[in-house]
Amino acid sequence: MSGNLLREGLDSVRATMRRDRVFDFMLPADNPRLDISHNTLLYLEDVSVSFDGFRAINNLNLYIDDGELRCIIGPNGAGKTTMMDIITGKTRPDSGTVYFGQRINLLKLSEPEIARAGIGRKFQKPTVFENLSVMENLELAMAGEKGVWRTFRARLDAAANERIDEVLELIGLVSERRRSAGVLSHGQKQWLEIGMLLMQRPRLLLVDEPVAGMTHQEMDRTAELLTSLAGDHSVVVVEHDMEFVRSIARKVTVLHQGSVLAEGSMDEVQNDPKVVEVYLGGD
Amino acid sequence: MILELLKNDRGGRNLLSVLAIVAILVPVCNLLIPADNPLHISTYSVTLMGKYLTYALLAVAVDLVWGYLGILSLGHGAFFALGGYAMGMYLMRQIGDRGVYGNPELPDFMVFLNWQELPWFWQGFDQFWFAALMVLLIPGVVAFGFGWFAFRSRVTGVYLSIITQALTYAFMLAFYRNEMGFGGNNGLTDFKDLLGFSLQSDTMRVALFVASALALAVGYLACRAITTSRLGRVAVAIRDAEARARFIGYRVEEVKLWIFAFSALLAGVAGALYVPQVGIINPNEFSPLASIEMVIWVAVGGRATLYGAVVGAVLVNYAKTVFTGVMPEAWLFALGGLFVLVTLFLPQGIVGLLKRKEASA
Amino acid sequence: MTKRLTTLLCLCLLLAAPIASADPADLTTAFSLLGERSFTKKAEAIPLIANSGHPRARQLLSALLEGQLKQRKTDGRLVWVEQQGDTEVLLDPLTGAPLAEAEGGQFTRLTINNQMRVQLRNAIADMSLADADPAVRLAAVREMTGELDDERAAALERQLADESSSAVKAAIETALALRQLQSADDATRLAAIQQLGSSLEPQAQLRLTTLVESEESSPAVKRAAQESLRGIEQRKQLAALAETLFFGLSLGSVLVLAAIGLAITFGVMGVINMAHGELMMLGAYTTYVVQQLLPNQIGLSLALSIPAAFVVAGLVGVAIERGVIRFLYGRPLETLLATFGISLVLQQLVRTIFSPLNRTVATPEFMSGTLEINAALSLTLNRLYIFAFCLLVFAALVLVLKRTRLGLQVRAVSQNRAMARAMGVRSEWVDALTFGLGSGIAGVAGVALSQLTNVGPNLGQAYIIDSFMVVVFGGVGNLWGTLIAGLSLGVANKVLEPWAGAVLAKILVLVFIILFIQKRPRGLFPQKGRAVEA
Repeated sequence: MSGNLLREGLDSVRATMRRDRVFDFMLPADNPRLDISHNTLLYLEDVSVSFDGFRAINNLNLYIDDGELRCIIGPNGAGKTTMMDIITGKTRPDSGTVYFGQRINLLKLSEPEIARAGIGRKFQKPTVFENLSVMENLELAMAGEKGVWRTFRARLDAAANERIDEVLELIGLVSERRRSAGVLSHGQKQWLEIGMLLMQRPRLLLVDEPVAGMTHQEMDRTAELLTSLAGDHSVVVVEHDMEFVRSIARKVTVLHQGSVLAEGSMDEVQNDPKVVEVYLGGD
Repeated sequence: MILELLKNDRGGRNLLSVLAIVAILVPVCNLLIPADNPLHISTYSVTLMGKYLTYALLAVAVDLVWGYLGILSLGHGAFFALGGYAMGMYLMRQIGDRGVYGNPELPDFMVFLNWQELPWFWQGFDQFWFAALMVLLIPGVVAFGFGWFAFRSRVTGVYLSIITQALTYAFMLAFYRNEMGFGGNNGLTDFKDLLGFSLQSDTMRVALFVASALALAVGYLACRAITTSRLGRVAVAIRDAEARARFIGYRVEEVKLWIFAFSALLAGVAGALYVPQVGIINPNEFSPLASIEMVIWVAVGGRATLYGAVVGAVLVNYAKTVFTGVMPEAWLFALGGLFVLVTLFLPQGIVGLLKRKEASA
Repeated sequence: MTKRLTTLLCLCLLLAAPIASADPADLTTAFSLLGERSFTKKAEAIPLIANSGHPRARQLLSALLEGQLKQRKTDGRLVWVEQQGDTEVLLDPLTGAPLAEAEGGQFTRLTINNQMRVQLRNAIADMSLADADPAVRLAAVREMTGELDDERAAALERQLADESSSAVKAAIETALALRQLQSADDATRLAAIQQLGSSLEPQAQLRLTTLVESEESSPAVKRAAQESLRGIEQRKQLAALAETLFFGLSLGSVLVLAAIGLAITFGVMGVINMAHGELMMLGAYTTYVVQQLLPNQIGLSLALSIPAAFVVAGLVGVAIERGVIRFLYGRPLETLLATFGISLVLQQLVRTIFSPLNRTVATPEFMSGTLEINAALSLTLNRLYIFAFCLLVFAALVLVLKRTRLGLQVRAVSQNRAMARAMGVRSEWVDALTFGLGSGIAGVAGVALSQLTNVGPNLGQAYIIDSFMVVVFGGVGNLWGTLIAGLSLGVANKVLEPWAGAVLAKILVLVFIILFIQKRPRGLFPQKGRAVEA
């Protein structure tokens, strides 16, 4: 009897040692619980939320594939920002389900837990920590242990410094690293925030109006950056600037009155009569 | 390590140097220099300065949560008083049978209330180590419990301030009750000695002064260690953009909770050192006015500097001593005016003013 | 309740009008009879006076009973001597008008014997029973209760038939039932016991208790008495509950008055004004000053105090807003500190001007006294008035905000300052006026407070934390929430008080609110939506 048990135990240990198989828990994934075997990273199903009787989100269904770059457009009040709030846990929907991969129920997690699960967000209005230096902003955003005691004991090691340098390079703020974030220009703050997002190494990036207040050159660089990020990460961009959307979009979702009005390539949605009516026609 | 903490903190270096000097000079001037010499410092002055130092430690605790974490606590007086009461209970037990009623076990006020035995929460306070532990634990645990509720439900800003004020108000009402077992209106007083040494002796007074200076130095360094760590930067991040800090994965509630509880613990230590020097602790220490006064010390000195809090606490309290001596009715005018003037014209406090002068010079 | 009050008022007016058909001849005879030495003769005067129909007939009889009627030795003239403080005042017995000093002289008291006393009491009771004021009738019935003879009982029964006031009716029934208790017939006694079960008069409970404890009572009587006692107990508890509720609502109305101004400055404008309590204190002191200026017209001075306090506190509020707060918009914590400083200055100012001692503000006649619902429940009038006043102020404020141009602008600025400015609203001006409005209401609340407590420099301090709790509990920016929160907190406080003691009740309520805010940080009636998050 006990011999059998022992043999079984040994077998299972041997099974984990086999070199021809890679096990889930041995993958270098940020979050071992993240399961994207169906190739879909984010599920929003039948989500509704209302404020004081006003339905900001109305039976919204949205799926984001792994590695995809998705643009979301829609008139004011279509529910774009509220949708972001729901995904990041800031707003709780009245009904519906929100899953990150197959297994992680986002509705059960708090904002920091969602952030650590691998979802990063850039706000519409750039919010960087103005009284901290550029470098400190990036340091805080860095992925890793974020408990109180560990944060207290944390020191920057060589690898972390290297990563910060890389990101500083990428966002073009190397010479500003010691300046406090509050004195940066609007565009620089946008970049710093994108840099903070990168330090987080999220699986999913939610980017709310990234090019507002940017010059054309800055816009081009942003477009370049976002497209290069797609693939390793999924990127969801909410943007008003149609030209910018056209320059990066592969797939566009149009939100209207809290639900999906149309979805497809930029050309497809632009020729969709429903979309035309919403954007051009009266009410 | 201390040097590293103070690397970019000139104010802190100055503060600690001054503390070290007075901690040596004051005992010498009081104990060794004869009373008729002009350099002599009277025991009264020593005690007064000791009191200021405990206030300074309290102000540092307030600055840690207000300046660096953005929590305007209007209830730190409660933690100060709780620490003070814990120490007061030890001192009461030390009186033993030397009280008016001569009861070896019960403090006078309990005999007066016809109580037959010591309440359970007074047990153990005859041991100094136990009382010292409680000085740390009670304010810390109360703050932790309070914070656990308040921060988890995202009560912030002025709402939090008002709730902290309600907290200390509730404590005040409770401690005014005789049935609470803390001496009601009169509080705890008539202390005789501490660790077997008379509280009236010059040596004891000087020892308490030095202990206060030491506590201030240690408390200051501990706070500085927090503010210079990554945790300190997270705190500032939370102060400036709480939601953002949450979205990059920090458990804002926990950061607030631990720093708040630590600050309360410091306040408790300050209270415990305050009580043997002034010789009394009563529910007035819980009054909302007392708590809000502490905030103005920090505001006067300069927020988010730590040493500014020390400067503010000493200056405002010195002014209070002078005013209440010369024309007591003017003190509230002065204090009220100070509140208005500092918030309107000196948002960075005295330290900020000096810094600006320096920058423009 | 208001209906009762108006009826009461009407009756009082009726009383004041002179009742006609007084026959002076009867009274003259009666006065001369009173001057006689013989008690028999004197006694004959009593029915004459009682039946004269003179409006002061009852007072005359009472004066006679109490020995206030005196006879001048020189000419035998009757006078009414009233003790006012230390001095004796001479009054004309018929008109009640004061007589000149010159008419002084030596007086002897009109003596009466026991038989006359009984006669007088009965006559007075009869007249009181016939009085138009139900309060007088009620007092008369109470006076008789427990000492009924057959004649009185018959009179009461007659009165019962055409009595209109339910309170008087109940008292009469109790009195009659108490008399029937002495009957030898068990059936009558049982019926009486049952009747007493619905009475709340203290005498009924007392007698029933003696019945239960008495050896002589039969088992059936004892059981019935016990049952009735239980009924009384229940009804008493009900009355106690109603009383608690009343006290709770009364405290609640004070809280609402205190908090409602705060709901404007804090709720609508988002300004933390720690000097709010001191603005209430200023209102209370304004009442005191107005009363000092008009010492003989307390009612008028109180009425004048309301606008005066509104103006004084409102102007101080505008000064605070223009002088300090407007520099601190968007910095709530600094606003809190600065206004706290102002509160200290105001307190000290009042202490310097009026002394640190408490001042008393007199309560006008119409607000003192009680409204008796039944024997176990009576409501103090000043609290009733303040409750009504609170509702009035609330309604006025709601109207101002909903119906006036200022209200519209206030709401516009509070919802979207930039947009309101773009549409031509002078937001600075609106800020100052809004703050003035909230402060003025604090002053008006101070007038109400002056009627409940002494006026002192610390008056406002006691209310500031409570009023913030009310506003936060009700949901910031929601006037109705403030009303409901204030009233319910008042009731909660008073319900807890007998059970936990006043201080502990207060602590419990505070702890409850703290816990509540944990659960619902935006109060009972939160404003929802994205705007709130910003």
